[in-house]
Amino acid sequence: MYPFTYHKASSIEQAQALLDVSNDSKLLAGGQTLIPTLKQHLASPGTLVDIGKIESLRFIRVEKANVVIGAATPHAQVANDKNLVQKIPALASLVGKIGDPHVRNVGTIGGSVANNDPAADYPAACLALGATIRTDKRSISADDFFTGLFETALVEQEIIVEVAFPVPALAAYEKFPNPASRYALVGVFVAQVEAGVRVAVTGAGANGVFRMTEMESALVNDWSADALEGILPSVDSLLSDLHGAADYRAHLINVMAKRAIAQTC
Amino acid sequence: MKVSMRINGEQVSADIDETQLLAHFLRDNLNLTGTHIGCDTSQCGACVVHLNGRAVKSCTMLAAQADGADVTTIEGVQQNDELHPVQKAFRQHHALQCGFCTPGMIMAAIDIIENTDDLDEHDVREQLEGNICRCTGYQNIIAAILSAAKEMRG
Ligand SMILES: Cc1cc2nc3c(=O)[nH]c(=O)nc-3n(C[C@H](O)[C@H](O)[C@H](O)COP(=O)(O)OP(=O)(O)OC[C@H]3O[C@@H](n4cnc5c(N)ncnc54)[C@H](O)[C@@H]3O)c2cc1C
Ligand code: FES
Ligand code: FES
Repeated sequence: MYPFTYHKASSIEQAQALLDVSNDSKLLAGGQTLIPTLKQHLASPGTLVDIGKIESLRFIRVEKANVVIGAATPHAQVANDKNLVQKIPALASLVGKIGDPHVRNVGTIGGSVANNDPAADYPAACLALGATIRTDKRSISADDFFTGLFETALVEQEIIVEVAFPVPALAAYEKFPNPASRYALVGVFVAQVEAGVRVAVTGAGANGVFRMTEMESALVNDWSADALEGILPSVDSLLSDLHGAADYRAHLINVMAKRAIAQTC
Repeated sequence: MKVSMRINGEQVSADIDETQLLAHFLRDNLNLTGTHIGCDTSQCGACVVHLNGRAVKSCTMLAAQADGADVTTIEGVQQNDELHPVQKAFRQHHALQCGFCTPGMIMAAIDIIENTDDLDEHDVREQLEGNICRCTGYQNIIAAILSAAKEMRG
């Protein structure tokens, strides 16, 4: 690792102050993405500000028609939260399939959403449920938040505080994990929310997570796996790599979407 | 920087480099070489230790992040001069060959047994996702964990 100085923040205010000290500082939450990146010399922040221990960022609470999750809440806590399991079981089960138990004991929602890995699971849930990402500065809708591969609407030194997920009438997630990494080769989240029917795809988009509006329109009229027959994304918009060619991913998207719908019927 | 944590029941304080990983701190500074390092991609689980009672990958955590925590390594699971029931079960069921993955497997297994209700074979297989063994084919590891779970639950 390149050298850095390490600070542990005990509050959001303290984290902001620590970030402000230098212009090459970076937040550290669970470290399950950042530490491997540092080990491979792919990043060289001068300062790490650890927000993983800030108690006020670790919670899951029900707020009107939303379930709100604090940014530093580890995946294991989210997956097993009784309120969440009852209100949005599809989200609890998605989180319970991230990586492996050791990663889930440490990795956090804030880090996952901020990182916007094109194969990460949380972004699909955020986009399909129409979540709101609340930072120390503003609220950003998921539609505006995920802007490209590993890119988000966050500005330098902006801190995600919590993510609010509207409770859907129906929702399901199906993931085809990459057998080696456990990240999604393709993951499809389907949901009926107040805003309508939404289908979000992770693991496959050349620009990261995206919505399949053609599937959404078909499902508005007929919420069934059959309604999705033959609806495939254009291969030009998909990732193609050694794990799967674009046409294979396109096929998987259709299969995963059908399975997700079948779960709810 | 200065860190202080409880390791296997003993308070340890040290002056460390901020970039030092917990796995290296345990192995290089404290000579607790039971914690293994089997990969550089956070995938193999040979480095699993318990941090405040839950299994974590010590290769994917700074020692600084463990400041103030309660850490248990494979060296700390034996009770008085007796092997831990999971260690005994691994021996009885021939759940290791080269033994490289074993410390991480055992630390993962203890967490699985202590934190899963009504543990069955499917749960064990699923929860061993983060631990790779290149020798055994897993069969005897699963058998050992199920047998230890029975023993520990009486
Ligand atoms: C072996 C392995 C398997 C995995 N499998 C999966 C998988 O199947 N699916 C999946 O989705 N993920 C997977 N992950 C990634 C895991 O979910 C990470 O926990 C997550 O991506 C990052 O969360 P973190 O808390 O560890 O963040 P960190 O690594 O600490 O940080 C990641 C990035 O987010 C920034 N950040 C952190 N918190 C905030 C915040 N509150 N506000 C703004 N920026 C912030 C950091 O500065 C950094 O740039 C896997 C990881 C490993 C090691
Ligand atoms: S050494 Fe392989 S996961 Fe830690
Ligand atoms: S016994 Fe050799 S790697 Fe598991």
